[in-house]
Amino acid sequence: MRKDRVITDGAANLISRVEELAYELTIGEVMSRNVKTIAPGTKMGDVMETFRHARISGAPVVSNGDLIGIVSLEDLIRALRESNIQAPVGEYMTRQVMTVKAASPLIEALKVFDQRHIGRLPVVDENNKLAGIITKGDITSGVMRSLQYDYQEEEVRKYRARHLFEDIISDRTSLTLRYKVKHGEFALGGNASSHIKKALLRLGASPQIARRCGIAIYEAEMNLIIHATRGGNIRIEIEPNQILMETLDDGPGIADIALAMTPGYSTAPDSIRELGFGAGMGLKNIHRCVDDMYLDSTPGRGTRLEMRINMQSQEQLGDTTHKS
Amino acid sequence: MKLTELIKLIDGVVLTKGVNLNCEVLGGCGADLMSDVLAYSQPDAVLLTGLCTMQVVRTAMMADVAAIIFVRDKQPNDDIVQLANREKIPLISTVHGMFEVCGRLHCAGLQSLEHAYDEG
Repeated sequence: MRKDRVITDGAANLISRVEELAYELTIGEVMSRNVKTIAPGTKMGDVMETFRHARISGAPVVSNGDLIGIVSLEDLIRALRESNIQAPVGEYMTRQVMTVKAASPLIEALKVFDQRHIGRLPVVDENNKLAGIITKGDITSGVMRSLQYDYQEEEVRKYRARHLFEDIISDRTSLTLRYKVKHGEFALGGNASSHIKKALLRLGASPQIARRCGIAIYEAEMNLIIHATRGGNIRIEIEPNQILMETLDDGPGIADIALAMTPGYSTAPDSIRELGFGAGMGLKNIHRCVDDMYLDSTPGRGTRLEMRINMQSQEQLGDTTHKS
Repeated sequence: MKLTELIKLIDGVVLTKGVNLNCEVLGGCGADLMSDVLAYSQPDAVLLTGLCTMQVVRTAMMADVAAIIFVRDKQPNDDIVQLANREKIPLISTVHGMFEVCGRLHCAGLQSLEHAYDEG
């Protein structure tokens, strides 16, 4: 990389997005479906006319939907040089055709173009029938289209959420999210937490704040699933300079809070430990991630856990200073 | 190191589809207890684990894990793979055991991205 060229964050983002798209887009989404094909008995002279009219430099030779060969401009030139323009296409076409599958990611086509000196690649479907054709140009336009769509979509969405706290005028604005959690619902464990983390990132929270919040609320959510025999509720209040989280349940309660906070101590049954939880680190993790924590519990009545994360001025949501 | 390079080092098999494997992995973390991952791992680490449940992917999402490697040839079910596909977290499986994989990666220069236990 040249020393005098600095890649901005924006450009770096774009570059990795292009890489991502190479994996996300399939060949089928980018290829041309309108393929000019040549029938097996066609004479090279007619192939030449087809190339001229359609302004192409190569075409697959197809019999009953099956790809049997590919004929290019070079093959045409050979036929002309040998004054054999009336020969059938079968004499000059390449029989060993390199193909790619429509369902494969775009990166597969890129790899082939990189390794071989070819201009186009026929694309086949799951039954090995010709589905389309892809050129390097198709890849470029496909990626550009996706990037443009992405960019517009994301800009609209980001704008709407990120400026929420700026656009709404009040003495104090907060956004409250609530989730119900069912006891024993391991399949959905972490569901509420991932929604919360995404919401925070949407609202413009830094990755570090979103991560701390995510971890704390995830541990709290898992505690509800594991221990709260009648399920529980999660409530999160998001403000520009602080995030308040609360979990509430009317389950068995905690007999000894100090003991519960001790790393390694857990009342989880073996079935839970088999799932990778019950290590006794939950409350300790929460304590480590948040700025303030308050645990209130009465055995037989239930438990309330309050957590707070404060955000310094640069981290505040909807900050009116320009963030590049 | 790049994830693609790491996959070769451990004879890994990629289980997810359409997820970018060209990311940079900053370090490794090996754990079977998800609370340990949340407590000790640092962002952009590759997680080596023998636990093969939905929670591993959820934990990875919370802990900003770069990729998950299931050791001892553990195979996640379709639901798990689909969640990983949606969340763009690469899932890789390897026949080697935990110790072997940790050893190979550590010898190849991958540092530990797991901070040590502290009393605080």
